[in-house]
Amino acid sequence: MKAAVIVFPGSNCDRDMAAALEKVTGVKPMMVWHQDTELPDIDLIALPGGFSYGDYLRSGAMAAQSSIMRAVKLKADAGVRVLAVCNGFQIATEVGLLPGALMRNAGLKFVCRDVGLRVENARTGFTSGYTKNQTISIPVAHHDGNYFADAATLDALEHSGQVVFRYTDNPNGSARDIAGIINAAGNVLGMMPHPERLIEPELGGIDGLPLFESLLGKLH
Amino acid sequence: MTFKSFEITPQVIDEHGFTPEEYERVLKALGRTPNITELGIFSVMWSEHCSYKSSRIHLKKLPTNAPWVICGPGENAGVIDIGDGWAAIFKMESHNHPSYIEPYQGAATGVGGILRDVFTMGARPIANMNALRFGDVDHPKMRHLIAGVVSGIGGYGNCVGVPTVGGEVNFHSSYNGNILVNAMTVGLARTDKIFYSAAAGIGNPVVYVGSKTGRDGIHGATMASAAFTEDSDAKRPTVQVGDPFTEKLLIEACLELMASDAIVAIQDMGAAGLTSSSVEMASKGGVGIELDLDQVPCRESGMVPYEMMLSESQERMLMILKPGREDFARTIFHKWGLDFAIIGHITDTECLVLKFGGKTVCDIPLAPIGDDAPLYNRPYVATPKREPLEIIEEPNDYGQALVKLMGSPDMASRRWIWEQYDHMVMADTIARPGGDAAIVRVHGTQKALAMSTDCTPRYCFADPYEGGKQAVAEVWRNITAVGALPLAITDCMNFGNPQRPDIMGQFVGCIEGMAAACTALDFPVVSGNVSLYNETNGTGILPTPAIGGVGLLENYSIMATLPFKAAAESIILIGETNGHLGQSLYLREILGREDGPPPPVDLVAERRNGDCVRELIKNKYVSAVHDVSDGGLIAALCDMAMASGIGCSIDQFLHTVLFGEDQARYIVTTSKPEAVLNSAEVAGVVAAVIGTTGGNTIKVEKVLNVSLVDIKASHNAFFPKLMNG
Repeated sequence: MKAAVIVFPGSNCDRDMAAALEKVTGVKPMMVWHQDTELPDIDLIALPGGFSYGDYLRSGAMAAQSSIMRAVKLKADAGVRVLAVCNGFQIATEVGLLPGALMRNAGLKFVCRDVGLRVENARTGFTSGYTKNQTISIPVAHHDGNYFADAATLDALEHSGQVVFRYTDNPNGSARDIAGIINAAGNVLGMMPHPERLIEPELGGIDGLPLFESLLGKLH
Repeated sequence: MTFKSFEITPQVIDEHGFTPEEYERVLKALGRTPNITELGIFSVMWSEHCSYKSSRIHLKKLPTNAPWVICGPGENAGVIDIGDGWAAIFKMESHNHPSYIEPYQGAATGVGGILRDVFTMGARPIANMNALRFGDVDHPKMRHLIAGVVSGIGGYGNCVGVPTVGGEVNFHSSYNGNILVNAMTVGLARTDKIFYSAAAGIGNPVVYVGSKTGRDGIHGATMASAAFTEDSDAKRPTVQVGDPFTEKLLIEACLELMASDAIVAIQDMGAAGLTSSSVEMASKGGVGIELDLDQVPCRESGMVPYEMMLSESQERMLMILKPGREDFARTIFHKWGLDFAIIGHITDTECLVLKFGGKTVCDIPLAPIGDDAPLYNRPYVATPKREPLEIIEEPNDYGQALVKLMGSPDMASRRWIWEQYDHMVMADTIARPGGDAAIVRVHGTQKALAMSTDCTPRYCFADPYEGGKQAVAEVWRNITAVGALPLAITDCMNFGNPQRPDIMGQFVGCIEGMAAACTALDFPVVSGNVSLYNETNGTGILPTPAIGGVGLLENYSIMATLPFKAAAESIILIGETNGHLGQSLYLREILGREDGPPPPVDLVAERRNGDCVRELIKNKYVSAVHDVSDGGLIAALCDMAMASGIGCSIDQFLHTVLFGEDQARYIVTTSKPEAVLNSAEVAGVVAAVIGTTGGNTIKVEKVLNVSLVDIKASHNAFFPKLMNG
């Protein structure tokens, strides 16, 4: 599997994401700088966590205007898989790859802890390694993870199985406990929790591993 | 009033913090009257913060050497060898006064400053820690201060992407007007890629990188700005504003440049900004330095040399580059969107020369700034020893006392705090907050660093010598309790006014106690910071020598954690128990008394017991390990039970044994009690089986039996109730 990790100047989970991808695929992903304008032939694009351009403005708003995101959008439209985690999810909503928005946490504080997730859709290319309704534990670490969309959008997401992960104990006030969604075409997954942080027992568990294995299984 | 005509009056001299004698020294060093820029430079270089004039004599008593020490105090941070070509670089620093004035920015810039001290030496920061002291929980400002400090630490560290993995928090009324915010950073570098600050190479370019210089944080800003400009916005805040995104860029750009051989020397612009960095770099290298201040990137127009030299704007570094490497370096900094300016060069004059507008505005010989700096052996009186306490009464209700103790401010769960810190970013945190020591892997190896910050100020106040010993010993014990070998410490010495002999006595006592412990435990000091004048309205804080320690796990697959692992395991208490209740939390929280002497620290036993525990972990004889500290034996058992959901049952003991805070002790659990007891006996260590794990209560035969649910409820309630209630 050929993967690329997009690196914004304020990305800080880029190395973690690359390490997780390398651990599962055995191949180092390519690291792509935010000022680049083109992407080579690849199977997966990862938008990692962090603070892309500081996020002093709305999280992900500036990143959505970057030259590399134009290239990412073209690839996504062509069907290349995009894994957008945390700040990546925020960027993906800002750039229109996914519906909705991530607002400030309901508690108004940064929250970093393991949260329970229920797998709502195990029939995606990202989640086939899980089973439907399986409960897993994955860490969150964000200030702006409060997912919002209007009722019609939320209904549509639910109806078409685009809600992929739901919090079992909502840490941020997200609408309908939504932790992760996929686009209608099924190739762009956005999620606030960090699966790349939980792929080794030493780090506290391996509940993030099946996500990467799912990608590999499908793409092999 | 214009810059040129600024007169050096007695008032100006006084406002720069000089005593008349100190000003005489300035005149002698220069052989003439300084101009205002020169006066400002002497003022900051001879400030307590930069010159250590009250503390230097005593700091020399601390041991700073060991075979594994690569660089001790005097550089930006301490460096130790952790084997296989790796070095750990670390330091702790205070940001107390700014954090009281503006808690968010004060704490945030404290984190930023200590990060720079570490990455300026070539290390990638891998962990942040902090040691915080707040006042009474019902003090009207305290909620605001706690909320601001915690979100400031988180706001900076989370954005920079360095995990904040642990720390400590105490509450005491002595901090009501003067909270303490001590931040520590630990970084990793290759031993052959460590960068120092001594300038070298006549003619080499002096390069400024990072953020632009503004008028923030200028020493004596009120006086200076008002005099210079006389306009309404002259009164600039003295607290700097942090920009963690720029810091992140600066880390990446510096590390990228450091991978080459272009850098001769590098130092961050911390306290006293451009002044201390240029003066210290040139002085250390025995060279001179000439700066063209017209080249300094400024945030606003009209800044004068005095302001540029004394600004404490954040996220700036000063470097000496090899000649011809300027373009190479500039490309890297521009890639990261940072300012890069050649602002001067190294000279052979051994003077600091500043040019501005084509004129020389400062010409100071560098040697006297260091050599002639004031050095005080301030008078001090030793803190009187306290008499042992008479018989101390039992609690009316043991169960209630335990529940109350576990929910008291100094014992309660800190989860509310550390959940606001990203403690997992970088995906190498293998022991998260809540244990005895945090553990972070050396990426891609089997090695890991264990780290802890500790100090028990109430002990230091009652007996500075024993308290100083205890602070070092507790760090050593916490690192030992996870199975790591403690290697070195950094100290952050927070005290009151050194011109008061009783306060100076506290300082000297703590230093001497620390020195004894460092020597006995082979635990040298490699970096540190002194923060004096922590007092409000004449009331000093409790003496608080916060210690940050680093230890090494050669193979992190062999480490210990504190949760009980299974029911029906034996609980063994390691170390001697005398039932010492003086200065205990039991005394303060249950009986409302803060008296008696603190527990003495037997350093020989400390070492023997700790070495034994490390062996037990290595031999896999024990399943859980926890040191015994605040709250005593019963509190330690509660920690282990709450973290696991497994209760325990122990033999009948008196309150002195249950709540006593005797030192050099650990609790271990095991399925092989004989093996543990034999090992202890061979090592000459006191050890005894005191009970068994299991059940869902904390049970002491015939004394108490409290459900874990009740203890946990009390333990977890404190912070949310305080902060949200």
